[in-house]
Amino acid sequence: MKAAVIVFPGSNCDRDLAVAFERAGADVTRVWHKETDLPEGVDVVGIPGGFSYGDYLRCGAIAAQSPICRAVVRHTERGGYALGICNGFQVLTEARMLPGVLMRNAGLKFLCRTVGLTVGAQSEFTAGYGEAAEIALPIAHHDGNYRADAETLDRLEGEGRVAFRYTDNPNGSDRDIAGILSENRRVLGMMPHPERAVDAGHGATDGQPLFAHLVGALAPA
Amino acid sequence: MKARVHVMLKDGVLDPQGEAVRHALGAMGFGGVGGVRQGKVIELDLDAADEATARAEVEKMCEGLLANTVIERYEIEVSA
Repeated sequence: MKAAVIVFPGSNCDRDLAVAFERAGADVTRVWHKETDLPEGVDVVGIPGGFSYGDYLRCGAIAAQSPICRAVVRHTERGGYALGICNGFQVLTEARMLPGVLMRNAGLKFLCRTVGLTVGAQSEFTAGYGEAAEIALPIAHHDGNYRADAETLDRLEGEGRVAFRYTDNPNGSDRDIAGILSENRRVLGMMPHPERAVDAGHGATDGQPLFAHLVGALAPA
Repeated sequence: MKARVHVMLKDGVLDPQGEAVRHALGAMGFGGVGGVRQGKVIELDLDAADEATARAEVEKMCEGLLANTVIERYEIEVSA
C-alpha cells in the first residue's frame, strides 16, 4: 500500500505523518508542493499539519491552489483516498474537497492539549475503532472552529459523515465537529492529530487504529 | 489599472476577532461601540486594458482565491 505525504513550505507534521503511515506498514513518499503529479500507484494522500505558506491570506488557501493540490483533487475524483490533518483539513476545505470552513477558535487562543472525541461514522479511517468509541487525541490549532450552513451540517449528520466529535468542544465548532468525510467516505479532514498518538513514547496510541486499519484495508489482498 | 478588493465576513457569520476588538475599545473607555467587524483590503496593480476587463479578472481572482465565499463577501473598486 502506497502513501504520499505532501510537503508545503511551512508544513511541520509531514515527518510525523510519514512515520505513522510507515509504522502501519505503508510505503511512503514525501512529495514537494511544486510537483504536478503524485507518484505512480498512490493509494492514499496525507496532507499534514503545519502552517503552509505561513497561513497567509487564509489558512490553507494558497496551498489549495498549489500544483500538487490539483493532482490531489484529480486523485480524489478518481476515488483515491486522502487524509488531511489540522492544516491539511483547512487545505481540503479551501480546495472544496470537503464542505465548510475552519475559522479562528471561538476563544481566540491557540489550543494545544489532548481532547476527548467520539468516533461517529463508518469508513476505512474509523473502522479500526469500535462503534461510538471514545478516544483522546492531541489538538494544536488556532483556526479549528468548523463552520458550515445548517443545510450542509444536516446533510453531513444525515449521511453519517461526521467522523469525529469533541466530547467537550474546545473551539466553538458547529455541532462539536472535529472531523468530516467526503460523500464517498474516502476523504477525511480532521483537526486532531492522530499521528501524534501512535507510539508509547508519545504517551498515547489512540491514533494507531486509524493508520493500522486504513493501511490494512488498502493493502492488495 | 488599480483594483482594491474589500473582503468582509458575511452578515450573520460570527467574527470573534471583531468581538475582541469591541471589548478592548470598551475597556479603553469608548462607550457606545455596538459592534466591530474586521476584514481585509487587498490592492492589486493590473495590466488590464480597460475597467471592465480588470473588474472581470479581479472577480475571478476573488472567487478562486482572494475570498472564501462560504463565509466571506467581497467588493471590488477599479481605478485607472
